[in-house]
Amino acid sequence: MSTSRRKFLKWLTAAGAASALPSVAEGHGHFTGYSDSYGVLHDTTLCVGCRSCEKACNEVNDLPAPDRPFDDPTVLSDVRRTDEKAYTVVNRYDVNGPSGSPVFRKLQCNHCKEPACASACFVGAFTKTPEGAVVYDASVCVGCRYCLMACPFDIPAYEYNKALEPRVMKCTMCHPRVAEGKLPGCVEACPMEALTFGKRDDLITIARERIRKYPDRYIDHVYGETEVGGTNWLYITGAPFETLGFRTDLGVTPAPELTSGALAMVPVVIGVWPALLGGIYIMSQRKEKIANQEKAAAVKDAINTTQAKADAALKAATEKAKNEKDKAVEKAVKKALDDAAKQTGGGEA
Amino acid sequence: MADEPMVVERPLLSKFNVIAGLIILVGLWLTFKRFTGGLGAVSNLDHSNPWGIWIGFDLLCGVALAAGGYTTAAAVEIFNMKKFHAAVRPAILTGFLGYSMVVFALLYDVGRPWRLPYPFAVNQGVTSVMFEVGACVALYLTVLFLEFSPVALEWLGAKKIRAVVVRLTILLTILGVVLSTLHQSSLGAMYLLVPSKLHPLWYSPYLPVFFFVSSIAAGLSMVIFEGSLSHRFFKDKMDDEHRKSANDIVLGFGKGCSMVLAAYFAIKVFGLALGNNWNLLGTGYGLWFMVEMLGFVLLPCLLYAIGVREKNVTLIKWTALWTVLGIVINRLNIVLICFNWQLPADQRYFPHWMEIGISVFVITVGIVVFRFIVTRMPIFFEHPDYKEAH
Amino acid sequence: MSESIHTLQEFMLQTKGIIYLLAIGYLAGFVWFWRFLHGRDKKEDQIG
Repeated sequence: MSTSRRKFLKWLTAAGAASALPSVAEGHGHFTGYSDSYGVLHDTTLCVGCRSCEKACNEVNDLPAPDRPFDDPTVLSDVRRTDEKAYTVVNRYDVNGPSGSPVFRKLQCNHCKEPACASACFVGAFTKTPEGAVVYDASVCVGCRYCLMACPFDIPAYEYNKALEPRVMKCTMCHPRVAEGKLPGCVEACPMEALTFGKRDDLITIARERIRKYPDRYIDHVYGETEVGGTNWLYITGAPFETLGFRTDLGVTPAPELTSGALAMVPVVIGVWPALLGGIYIMSQRKEKIANQEKAAAVKDAINTTQAKADAALKAATEKAKNEKDKAVEKAVKKALDDAAKQTGGGEA
Repeated sequence: MADEPMVVERPLLSKFNVIAGLIILVGLWLTFKRFTGGLGAVSNLDHSNPWGIWIGFDLLCGVALAAGGYTTAAAVEIFNMKKFHAAVRPAILTGFLGYSMVVFALLYDVGRPWRLPYPFAVNQGVTSVMFEVGACVALYLTVLFLEFSPVALEWLGAKKIRAVVVRLTILLTILGVVLSTLHQSSLGAMYLLVPSKLHPLWYSPYLPVFFFVSSIAAGLSMVIFEGSLSHRFFKDKMDDEHRKSANDIVLGFGKGCSMVLAAYFAIKVFGLALGNNWNLLGTGYGLWFMVEMLGFVLLPCLLYAIGVREKNVTLIKWTALWTVLGIVINRLNIVLICFNWQLPADQRYFPHWMEIGISVFVITVGIVVFRFIVTRMPIFFEHPDYKEAH
Repeated sequence: MSESIHTLQEFMLQTKGIIYLLAIGYLAGFVWFWRFLHGRDKKEDQIG
């Protein structure tokens, strides 16, 4: 490599580092997320469906009282989703038949590593925090509900019955409590240790360890490790995930990647369209101008031709008239001469 | 003189005014309910179905059907197709009113409409496709307003300001096409985020292209369709140029639309191949997909072509209506019918009558304003002071 | 060096923001450039 080229590369690197903009930690546009972020591992094989987590969640988040009390077991006969009054719900799945032991699964925001809600929000109300939680800022929210549309897990809910200050409602992974060094409400309340709070990386190790130790008890998959680019809530179960209401067809593509191609075309259109359309405009104007010139030339030509024809006709007519006149004069002269000759001849005769 | 426009009496208590008045009264009552009781008081929207007909019909169909503004302006001002000149003003007016209605309907749909400037003024969520849609719609509404303003200025007699705006025509037209390309396609791109909820026959990485191309077909068809309606109801307001060029416009736009639909059909088939979704054609949704593709894309494409060859203006006009219907079906498929297709039937969305009521109210207000403008301002005729001036 | 970017979301937030600003600048600049390019055209040829 030549010295000048090396110098150029060095200069490039220096310029990059000196830039005031935050630089990319990972290369080639591949991002692995916040390495020290927290998460929760939900082991459904330990969950007994007591709904203590729902109760604790309701309390720590000051949510309105539920329609049916938390100790009412009949609630579990319906499959529920999160709503504006419940950031988390526990559902029962009778996967082992009506007589076998049911499986319970807790549902709440999965705190995606690349959140679809954040990607969708046009006012930037959602933030993925370095601690792992995806938090929502109601003070800027317009209420378009694109986040509800975008969430692959159908988690965010909306306060449809509030006229003035409706909010999007969803689990915060108890972000304020975690900041204080406390556990999330649901994790703290769980009597069965079905929920484990910790660093996401450690939780994956724990989950794998359990699966390795008890291969008969678990399905060999940690749900949330790769789904939609990875989530901070992770799940291990003994029953196939799809039988417990998990979507297993979500793929591993992070949400922002789905729209990045279309968004990348925006500046291309802005860049190329004005030049292209301006060019077409100039060409069409020019075409019209040339057409007009040709038309004008054709008209002029036609006028000239007509003029020439008219001139020729006039000339011919004039000549004809002249000829006729000459002939008439000649005839008249001849006649006069003849008459004169007759007269002279008659006199002599 | 036979060419002199006859004046049609439009009495205050006409059938139109009475019906429109009643709809507006109901609309005002629904508005009161919406803004005192929240979205839940007037709609069937829920957590799993956050977007209903206000987005599916008023916004997505409204924007697509208002595409006549940019397509006609581009044809006349950029491509210099002078024989379509008489179509520009009605198309711009429809575009302007169409987009105004979209924004009007949006005020009901979003939770806190007074915050609509927030994405630009307070916190810019630039990763969202919706940010781009919002920015483009806001800018394009301004462009349409400026493009329309010479009409109002002629009516008001403000010659100097009019001259300034008219000088900007080509700039505004190009900007209008740029903005329309962007937001028409981005409305489709918004659905790129929901591969798990939209049926795979309708979900495609090509969604933005589908939306853009079909918006051209929608715009051209709307110009034809609306032109035929205007000829029926506002013929007395039209001058000779407008009446004489009407058939040229129908034939020209019909030909254009036929080509656009052919291209649209092709890329839809390419999209099917791209996703390798052939096997889904045999399902119920597949049947519905084929109805849309064959009945509302390929059929109008052929009918337009036949109409143009046979110079059958009536056939083209009916085909325009059919195409418009097809675009509406396509948009409703994406937002409502094929969205959340995996949810059990009892969790699917069906609009509340009050949602439909508000939609009807919004459209009625649009028609009333359209009627007000075309019966007063130089839309279907040239203002005597500005003949040959543009 | 300032803080680094960890997520694609954050990366897009930054890059798209810059691109939108550049795009607005380009559109304004294009109008100026158009006038510059056609400024010397003869009066009857003048466009725009």
